[in-house]
Amino acid sequence: METILTPNFNLPDSHTLPVYEKTGGYKTLHKLLKMRPDEVIEEVKKSGLRGRGGAGFGTGLKWSFVPKDPPGPRYLCVNADEGEPGTFKDRALLEKDPHRLIEGSVMCAYAIGAAVGYIYIRGEFDLPYRRIEAALQEAYQKGYLGKNILGSPFSFDLYTHQGAGAYICGEETALLNSIEGKRGEPRIKPPFPAISGLFGAPTVINNVETLSALPYIIEKGAEAYASIGTPKSTGTKLFSVSGPVKKPGVYEVPLGYPLRKFLDEYAGGLMEGKILKAVIPGGSSVPVLTAQEVEEVNLDYESLQEHGSMLGSGGMIVIPDDFCMVHALEILAHFYSHESCGQCSPCREGTAWIYKILKRLEKGQGTPEDLDLLIDISNGMAGQTICVLSDALAMPVKSFLAKFKNEFEEHISLGYCPHRASFRTSGAPTYLSSDQLLWSPRFQSL
Amino acid sequence: MILKFSKNSKTKIDEILERYPNKQAATLPVLFIAQREFGHLSREAMEAVAKILETSYAHVYGVATFYTLYNKKPVGKYHVQICGNLSCSIMGGENIQEYLKKKLKLNFGETTQDGKFTLSSVECLASCGTGPAMQINEAYYEKLTPEKVDEILNSLK
Ligand SMILES: Cc1cc2nc3c(=O)[nH]c(=O)nc-3n(C[C@H](O)[C@H](O)[C@H](O)COP(=O)(O)O)c2cc1C
Ligand code: SF4
Ligand code: FES
Repeated sequence: METILTPNFNLPDSHTLPVYEKTGGYKTLHKLLKMRPDEVIEEVKKSGLRGRGGAGFGTGLKWSFVPKDPPGPRYLCVNADEGEPGTFKDRALLEKDPHRLIEGSVMCAYAIGAAVGYIYIRGEFDLPYRRIEAALQEAYQKGYLGKNILGSPFSFDLYTHQGAGAYICGEETALLNSIEGKRGEPRIKPPFPAISGLFGAPTVINNVETLSALPYIIEKGAEAYASIGTPKSTGTKLFSVSGPVKKPGVYEVPLGYPLRKFLDEYAGGLMEGKILKAVIPGGSSVPVLTAQEVEEVNLDYESLQEHGSMLGSGGMIVIPDDFCMVHALEILAHFYSHESCGQCSPCREGTAWIYKILKRLEKGQGTPEDLDLLIDISNGMAGQTICVLSDALAMPVKSFLAKFKNEFEEHISLGYCPHRASFRTSGAPTYLSSDQLLWSPRFQSL
Repeated sequence: MILKFSKNSKTKIDEILERYPNKQAATLPVLFIAQREFGHLSREAMEAVAKILETSYAHVYGVATFYTLYNKKPVGKYHVQICGNLSCSIMGGENIQEYLKKKLKLNFGETTQDGKFTLSSVECLASCGTGPAMQINEAYYEKLTPEKVDEILNSLK
């Protein structure tokens, strides 16, 4: 298969400018600078490219909302905050091919008329940060960034801005506040960022993977891109797969690829002795799929939606038969309650209550009424708040309860977690030596 | 006590200020510089940040307390941050969490007497495919086993 995002992943020093240039990198900027900005937007619209950060919004359409000749500046923000549990694909792009992101960013900036851009990168990321900083320097030296790019009238400065450990800053308006030096609290929309975003100016926020697809689209044309994938879900997508599969890692696949086949062929199937119970296909915020649904679903926006889930960020978490679903949901509830920014009471209170209830259910101290309560609280959380972090817990709760209710009921009737019986009886976890641990030490990644 | 940024840090801050249309926007990067220079973000350190950015202490305090990577209290020389999220847990991360607690004789959020280690449980580090994962200061350590944890901790002087 032709790869769009990862063709250089296996080349030595793929993160350096000479390697990127040798494989044709930055050549397309000459073509870009001869196009009109509205032609670029039109091309991206025709390609069918949709945002890869989670929401799947049409990229060209989003750009077209930016006013053509506003009085002040316009901005591009690159979302490299990657914090959705199960997702580690942007990290791979930043570490292995930072120049592709920079070239894509120049293309977006040119199309929307931005003179300044910020790469909002997760504060925990060290190697990815060093790689992108080094790549920016290289690009400036060669005139791919800065004043009068390649001798054209177009100038664009691109800077990094490090996050400081808050998942919510991946939400686009929280990200804007964070770049402005404020607490990362999401803003009420409208106004949408395309009209009033960073420092009150028209702004486009795009995910790392979205922008990294642009060099291909501009070079080969929208039709070439749209010919990959399905008619509605065009192009390729990165999936980061984790859990007990033989080859966890980041893989690029054409959209529409059958999930079961992906797990077997790309991820190497499950580890010896492991049985598939469930898959969270698109990062921790999306509804879970049962092993049966895994057989039926394809990896594209429509098929996943038909099966009640979402493509999301492509962070795929494989859950084996022996891992407790109540505990899995408890871990997610802890995450969302910890990461809620606290502005909206349905989210702040709802996430905290759900965590509390799941904690007692997991310990075997829950009641059948707790299960109804979980659904009631979730219903009150979805669609009621400033951002969708609240829905991001409500959706998994409802899907776990709909599809794995038996495990919740089992905890209630037994009075303990059947998966953790040993924890309970000994009163303390047992320390396993590495050959007893769950994973194979030799597995290959990335 | 009034804290002052070193010449080096001041040069860095001037460089950073050029990236933004106003000084307040540099709050996050300057807080990182302050943390590196002063060890943790004491009231005095945050006041120094407010002064240099011509903003209020209240603003700086509000920002510093929002984000987890800013240490409002001193942390050990090595900050051991183990992921407690789902993919790592599926791969046995909770065993590593318990192993670390036992080995360092610490609960999460505590620091050893000698100030060498602080232990924290953190959210997903985007190392899910190579979990269990932890971060010590800037460095990531992945595919952890108890033996590997021993080796890593012993190598930290
Ligand atoms: C709670 C929350 C966290 C998010 N985290 C991220 C993230 O880490 N990275 C990302 O690209 N998008 C994230 N998003 C989605 C962004 O708000 C936004 O839709 C995206 O950056 C737009 O870029 P795209 O259209 O290229 O996908 C998050 C959304 C929410 C509600
Ligand atoms: S939904 Fe939650 S995270 Fe989003 S703004 Fe409201 S309180 Fe903050
Ligand atoms: S779940 Fe541990 S790094 Fe993602």
